[in-house]
Amino acid sequence: MASTPEDVVQPHALPAEPPPAATLRRVVYRHTLPLRIMHWINAICLLILLGSGLQIFNAHPALYWGQRSNFDHPWLRLGATQTRDGKLQGVATLGSHRFDTTGVLGVSKVDGQATVRGFPAWATIPGPQWLSMGRAWHFFFAWLFAINGVLFVAYALWTRHLTRDLVPTRRDWRGIGRSIIDHALLRHPKGEAALRYNVLQRIAYFVVIFVFGGGVVLMGLAMSPRMDSVLGWLVDAVGGRQSARSIHFLFAMGFIAFFLIHIFEVIVTGLGNNLRSIITGRYAIEETSEQPAMSGGGASEIPDTETHDETHQ
Amino acid sequence: MKLINKRRRFLRDALALTGTVALAGCDQLSQTSWAPKVLDSATALSHAAQRTLSRDAMAREYSEADISPVFRPNGSTDPQAPAYRALAVNDFRDYKLAVGGLVAHPLSLSLDALRKLPSRTQITRHDCVEGWSVIGKWTGVQLSHVLEMAQPAKAARYVVFRCFDAMDDDSEYYESLGFDDAYHPQTLLAWELNGKTLPIPNGAPLRLRVPRQLGYKQAKYLRRIDLVASFKDIEGGRGGYWEDQGYQWYAGI
Repeated sequence: MASTPEDVVQPHALPAEPPPAATLRRVVYRHTLPLRIMHWINAICLLILLGSGLQIFNAHPALYWGQRSNFDHPWLRLGATQTRDGKLQGVATLGSHRFDTTGVLGVSKVDGQATVRGFPAWATIPGPQWLSMGRAWHFFFAWLFAINGVLFVAYALWTRHLTRDLVPTRRDWRGIGRSIIDHALLRHPKGEAALRYNVLQRIAYFVVIFVFGGGVVLMGLAMSPRMDSVLGWLVDAVGGRQSARSIHFLFAMGFIAFFLIHIFEVIVTGLGNNLRSIITGRYAIEETSEQPAMSGGGASEIPDTETHDETHQ
Repeated sequence: MKLINKRRRFLRDALALTGTVALAGCDQLSQTSWAPKVLDSATALSHAAQRTLSRDAMAREYSEADISPVFRPNGSTDPQAPAYRALAVNDFRDYKLAVGGLVAHPLSLSLDALRKLPSRTQITRHDCVEGWSVIGKWTGVQLSHVLEMAQPAKAARYVVFRCFDAMDDDSEYYESLGFDDAYHPQTLLAWELNGKTLPIPNGAPLRLRVPRQLGYKQAKYLRRIDLVASFKDIEGGRGGYWEDQGYQWYAGI
């Protein structure tokens, strides 16, 4: 029986003779248990911090720059007006631009009734206007988020996950142009290369962890009147307490942007495989037998029952 | 292909459902008697951590240029209680601040008597729990000075502030502080805002200033001050009007 490379890439082809090259499906142990646990604690914390944060924002849905609130000049305001026929209209004001955002921002339905509120009830924790409860949720999960974050950084330093997987290398930086094009065309690395975080991934994770994560905690602390007695330098560095509140909000929006891109990439690079790897740690890659079957990036190999051809291992 | 579509739809629905259940679950938990207590345990942690980190540190004091054009009043802005109205028509000339409870020397201080005490002027920021900030210049006597005059008993742990303004449910506004905040140098009983006699919307004739805590701790329209061992038996038992509505007693965050 003639054996050609075309034959063997058929997943279920079982050639009688060993072919010169074959596609192998190999499962590697990608994410360690502590990382998986910390990932999911972080996901829950972010969801609750975002919902309760929007609840707190709704108590005064306007943002300012500076030490104090210049009530006539917020840079962002989610407000409401009444039209001539008496209907409520949601108005989002960004600088000097006004947008009709009825139904979502400024005015949205609560129990079927158009209600004046910044963000809608489906986005806030709790749903109804309830500032004190929003604060209770926010501060509890803020502690959990901060502790989890510190543990992650300590663990990532200890295991060298941070320096090895998250900090872009010089070669990464040189390939950034191609990486941008690859991402835009949804061209994603396969095989061994998929185990390694690419440069955009490294930058995204690094920025989200240290700029957004660290920043959102620091800006939260800078809003505390008690902490301001010792963090005055930080408050002044960002331009004042109201600036800190604005930046805290912008970092939260940054987390949403990251979350949307993260979910998108998780789906287009193989939802099932990605989900399995962040739940069980096991991540499948496909490779040809011509590649050296060694594991890179610290991922250890696991014998996989799904491997169709083990004769080349 | 069909199977993949089904799987995709299932995953999408599962994600949407998880999100909805999570948010609805938070609403449900908020209504239980135990979950808010668990959540509130973080406030004790915040208080302990912030006390350790900041101790007696001073709140930032600003320059004249930073003062807000209008010091936005919030909450009660024009109390209608007869006792208060009677004092207001006479420009509070008959006003007396009572200091009592667990003290060796109960006091009754008129505005004139208060103004004769050593005063402090500070330009500090006022942070409302809603998120906004205003800056104002306050003049008043340090609470520590009044407490030293009254000589708190050994058993005293908290300073309770009783106010003239009746709230929606006809209970009077009240607040309380622990001794660390009560004796802080910037904690004032203030009678002047921005160089002028304290206006009624901002708490005339006398209000509390505690710049390291949020606005609802800065009790307005002070009627009397009591030193107590515990505030469990006062009104709702949580140490303040807003605290009884579910807000945290420690308002430094």
